[in-house]
Amino acid sequence: MAERCAVVGVGQTNHTSCRADVSIAGLVREAVDRALADAGITLAEVDAIVIGKAPDPLEGVVMPELWLADALAAHGKPVFRVHTAGSVGGSTAIVAAQHVMAGIHGTVLTVGFEKQSDGNAMWALSVPIPFGMPVHAGAGGYFSPIVRGYINRSGAPRHIGAMVAVKDRTNAVKNPYAHLHEPDWTLEKALESPMLWDPIRFVETCPSSDGAMALVLMSEERADRRPGPKAWVHATSMRSEPTAFAGREQVSPRAGELCAEDLWRKGGITRPADEIDVVEMYVPFSWFEPMWLENLGFAPRNEGWRMVEDGVTEMTGSLPINPSGGVLSTNPIGASGMIRFGEACMQVMGKAGEHQIDGARKAVGHAYGGGSQFFAMWLVGADKPN
Amino acid sequence: MARDVAIVGTAQRPSQVGTVLTSVELILPVIDEVIAKVGVDRREIGFWCHGSCDYMSGQPFSFVAAVDAIGAWPPIVESHVEADGALALYEAWVKIQTGECDTAVVFSNGKTTSGPIDQILTLQADPYFVAPLWPGFDTLAALQARMCLEAGVVSERAMAEVAVRSRRDARSNAVAWPPASMGDHSVDELLATPYVRDPLRAHDLPVAVDGANAVVLAAGDVARRLSPRPAWIRGFDHRIDTQRLGARSLVESNSARVAGRVAGVNADKIDVAELHAPYTHQELLLVQALGLDPQRTRINPSGGALVANPAMAAGLARFAEAADAVTSGRADRAVAHCTSGPCLQQNLVCVLEGE
Repeated sequence: MAERCAVVGVGQTNHTSCRADVSIAGLVREAVDRALADAGITLAEVDAIVIGKAPDPLEGVVMPELWLADALAAHGKPVFRVHTAGSVGGSTAIVAAQHVMAGIHGTVLTVGFEKQSDGNAMWALSVPIPFGMPVHAGAGGYFSPIVRGYINRSGAPRHIGAMVAVKDRTNAVKNPYAHLHEPDWTLEKALESPMLWDPIRFVETCPSSDGAMALVLMSEERADRRPGPKAWVHATSMRSEPTAFAGREQVSPRAGELCAEDLWRKGGITRPADEIDVVEMYVPFSWFEPMWLENLGFAPRNEGWRMVEDGVTEMTGSLPINPSGGVLSTNPIGASGMIRFGEACMQVMGKAGEHQIDGARKAVGHAYGGGSQFFAMWLVGADKPN
Repeated sequence: MARDVAIVGTAQRPSQVGTVLTSVELILPVIDEVIAKVGVDRREIGFWCHGSCDYMSGQPFSFVAAVDAIGAWPPIVESHVEADGALALYEAWVKIQTGECDTAVVFSNGKTTSGPIDQILTLQADPYFVAPLWPGFDTLAALQARMCLEAGVVSERAMAEVAVRSRRDARSNAVAWPPASMGDHSVDELLATPYVRDPLRAHDLPVAVDGANAVVLAAGDVARRLSPRPAWIRGFDHRIDTQRLGARSLVESNSARVAGRVAGVNADKIDVAELHAPYTHQELLLVQALGLDPQRTRINPSGGALVANPAMAAGLARFAEAADAVTSGRADRAVAHCTSGPCLQQNLVCVLEGE
């Protein structure tokens, strides 16, 4: 029943820790203008806009899409806001695609952003919660026991996390938009990086970034009329589960497994590790790469770390993960999921520049959020889906 | 549109003030109630969508706990909008249109009385040039009302008449804030009361309440199986205006007019219109923008958001009321509307119809 949908334009900001040169609106417009230029259209040709970002307290603007309507010349148009925790960038792109797949709009602009320097994320995430228990630990403190659980269960050597970090930081050097450009990391040096939340070292942690990512999506009828490469949406999937209950599997959450199974089923993928050319995976702490390799079905349980150790996930490997440098090199929270989704598109469009994986035809964008409980994924391809 | 989708069940929590319940405790009973009413197994629900606002909870990611109220195990397909639940309903309608699912539960919660809602909503304004002035959400509405009065598109008497009618109607609405607490006043008596935000008097402002609600959507034959008279969605659209108060006309609502046109509001055939108008003058503006005739169409028979305004749930409440009017046979065609932002900046309009 659903109509086909293609991403025809991708644009992102130059991400960094503090974009003091632009307002929130200016940051959003930088990504939007680049996506529109990539698609070869103007804002006037956009039918509807779907905006995503992480919690409003991060910048201190309540429902900022209302104010941003002006900067996006959206008056008289539909503007829709999505918020699904850290997975929001992915969820937002999926909701935008659904507007096209449902046949409601022919051209949809979607943008995810965060201007973390306008606020204080650690404060915003640690406010005393009325009627509930505060989690003052922050994200690193929250996830480190889960990483320890993975290491204990899988028997992974302790250097795996550092290997992922060196890979992602090295890949990021090839990505002009990445926040961190640190070419000199070696495994030896990474292992000396200070321990923040055992076993997560400083280098194994994402930065705090300002940034935005925007995509232009079109119906098949409109996309077919445009020259240039497109990223066809082959499948989308979202799954959620509660944060906590007795016996909950937190290393490889069931919602993530079901989300991936659904994605493969919808996309006609039976052997993910063979059929997928590149993955942009949501890895804010390096150890999540082997954990998600297992969760997504790329590796058997407790074996994901071997793919890392064998170099399979390097840009030169058979399943490159995060050639962009990933969340580990750029983390504007509300945009991070959409950056994954957009980078996956860039790969199959052949537009990833120096971090292009040669011959990439099918790519996955992956995002998660909350206490590893909200999952959003899409599968894009250079060819139209069957 | 490709698929016929209908509201097949609704549940609303009676309005409260100063509740100490958590958002999960607010939501859980309405979800249980609507699922029991419709008679569907919650594992059969194809999609869940929630509307709420972090700032009202004083907590980032406040909606995360809401999945506990759903009973999200085994894992579910779920999404959340930082907006009124009426926008969540729009997302669910889009999802069903893609053919990915046949049913959805949409819910929202608003603990409006937990904090200073007038100031919280002020933070929707331009963070660099407007919000630092702390104009106050009610004050922005008052500026709009002043312009409308000076332009002659509303009168203080017409505004007071909206309040009298809304309070009268709310007496038969079990989920509205008890109108007895507001007294039983005539239009002349209300006009003799002092301004609280000149030119707005107390009766022109909404009663802030805590609330929660849930509705079930279903497509085609599933809807017919679940409801004796589904409220079919015949048209659905939302539009936004620039937020800059100096850059748009405040004496009309262009976004409501466009959304109404795209949704196919045919004023001749609308029996009931549930308009999300937190301020009396805004109801008058919306009636104009949608081209409704109050002689023909019953406006806000629930009492509307004026007598019970659970922020982020008041729009979805309009859908529940309009759908109930259709399902009960009180209306053949109804309009449900939701607004967001200062001075009717964003408007969503839906036409519901019985078979």
